[in-house]
Amino acid sequence: MLAADVCKQRGDFLCEVAFTSTTPGVTALFGRSGCGKTTTVHMIAGLLRPDRGHIRIDDTVLFDAARGINVPAEERGIGYVFQDSRLFPHLSVRDNLRYGERRARRRPRNLKFTDVVELLGLAALLARRPAGLSGGERQRVAIGRALLAQPRLLLLDEPLASLDGARRGELLPYLEGLRDHFRLPMVYVSHQFEEVLRLAGHVVVMENGRVADQGDVVAVSHSPALRAIVGTESLGAVVEGVAGGADAASGLQEIQVGDGLLLVEAEDLRPGQRMRVQLLARDLILSINAPVGLSVRNSLAGVITRLEADGPKAWLVCTDIGGPRLMVRVTDDARAALALAVGQRVWVLVKAVSLRGHVFSGPASG
Amino acid sequence: MSTFSSCNQSSMLHGWSTADPMLLSADEWQALRLSLEVALWSLLWNLPVATAVAWLLVRRRFPGRALLDAFAHLPLVLPPVLTGYLLLVLFGARGPIGGWLQRVFGIHLIFTTAGTVLAVAVMTFPLMVRAIRLTLEGIDAGLEEAARTLGAGPVDRFFSITLPLMLPGILAGAVTAFAAGLGEFGAVITFVSNIPGITRTLPLALYTALQTPNGDATAARLAIISFTLGLVGLVLSEWLSRTLRRQLGRGIA
Repeated sequence: MLAADVCKQRGDFLCEVAFTSTTPGVTALFGRSGCGKTTTVHMIAGLLRPDRGHIRIDDTVLFDAARGINVPAEERGIGYVFQDSRLFPHLSVRDNLRYGERRARRRPRNLKFTDVVELLGLAALLARRPAGLSGGERQRVAIGRALLAQPRLLLLDEPLASLDGARRGELLPYLEGLRDHFRLPMVYVSHQFEEVLRLAGHVVVMENGRVADQGDVVAVSHSPALRAIVGTESLGAVVEGVAGGADAASGLQEIQVGDGLLLVEAEDLRPGQRMRVQLLARDLILSINAPVGLSVRNSLAGVITRLEADGPKAWLVCTDIGGPRLMVRVTDDARAALALAVGQRVWVLVKAVSLRGHVFSGPASG
Repeated sequence: MSTFSSCNQSSMLHGWSTADPMLLSADEWQALRLSLEVALWSLLWNLPVATAVAWLLVRRRFPGRALLDAFAHLPLVLPPVLTGYLLLVLFGARGPIGGWLQRVFGIHLIFTTAGTVLAVAVMTFPLMVRAIRLTLEGIDAGLEEAARTLGAGPVDRFFSITLPLMLPGILAGAVTAFAAGLGEFGAVITFVSNIPGITRTLPLALYTALQTPNGDATAARLAIISFTLGLVGLVLSEWLSRTLRRQLGRGIA
């Protein structure tokens, strides 16, 4: 378990962050650029000395201002994947990978060179120099290099930020593989909620150097702090469910969510796998009658639990669908026409093609 | 100072042995050999010191940094004769450092080849610091941070990351400093005088030849040698740094 409670003044900017993350699993630090995420992971790594506070991993104290403890970065055993990969230009990929491994002789060797090379698909790159690699390849090497130093915690500082959309999509499965294969605690810094959705168990939402909210992904997806960051357009409840199997007629995957079934597009699913889906509030449709004669494949029955004004002309309708909750964005006009009210029975409709399910095998949440 | 001038005159009186216009005389060979030897030794002394100073100036913030910076570059802007004079004051037999060196280690610097090496080393020091510094400034300090998180301590980081990446600058600086060292005149003649075989390097020999009746042929030969060595040094330095930089793949890093 990582426990950090640190404080750092940098010019006018005060970064004051406290969180604990359970291990193994991924803790996401989520927030806008410049909200103190990188400052926080720098302090955890030991590259920046906090003004006060403490940092612990399990029983090991890495930093404690009151007791004058400050373990140097090189002795912390914390891996760091930088946004700009920072591969050593004068060394081959193989020697980059071996750099940390050679210096980790005293640690238990849990991560084997061949395993890491295989998982990250680095075999063909070993003899090459970093200068000849693509952005995605460089980040994979950087991740492998950090892993082979046998860290007890891995920090990833927006590892996908420097990549274009396609490369990002290529690298995400590697990160999921990392999470699922090596039971290594990770702190993942991001300002893309989709990455958080796919990878993280626990989310720390940061705003202006402070923790605005924290909790599991499902809870945080409803958080006003998150809404303030992603904006109402990208707002959407995350639901977790269990894969039931492919629907024979449509080929879509069935996921049991609360009392209902959700049909989504997803690949390589096995029945029983835990899934996570985000339903964007603007993509959802409300019906006060059981729907008939519509092309929409998904209809989930539920009860309105809360109505919340979202700007002057729209409302967020929170709906309980038998445990999980959804948020639906409707216009003020629609709310009046349907006379929506708390306690009312409704059906939430969503197009299957607008949903993508993500396999999630981390610890349960929600 | 009286020894200084008498030395100078006696060496002038020796004159130059007449030789084949295409071949170097024994004295000329001696001057060339001495120049190479002095430039090489001063380079060897300078390498670690200049590397350390450049590293300090770029990577560390400490009180007196600006002063160190100024001192390292001073020989570049002071008249060489003044540098030579300051060396004489500091390292002379009764100077604070020179006297101590003589008492404790029995090292004589004045009018010796060792003193020539010191004068050349001091004069070429800024050239090396500048070249190394320039390269170091181009090296992302983030690489050293990355090495830290991979378990490398300060000395380990320096030798495994920083030094190899500095190599192009160090080599380019070394070649430039060596070439410049072959031709250092003012500080040398002021500090250690012009003694054949001991302190008379190429430029001093060239100067002496110019002052000697019938020394034209000698002067021409020495001039051609000096010119060629300087040119080769510059070209080599440029080529070395470019090749190394390419090999290290620094451009894209």
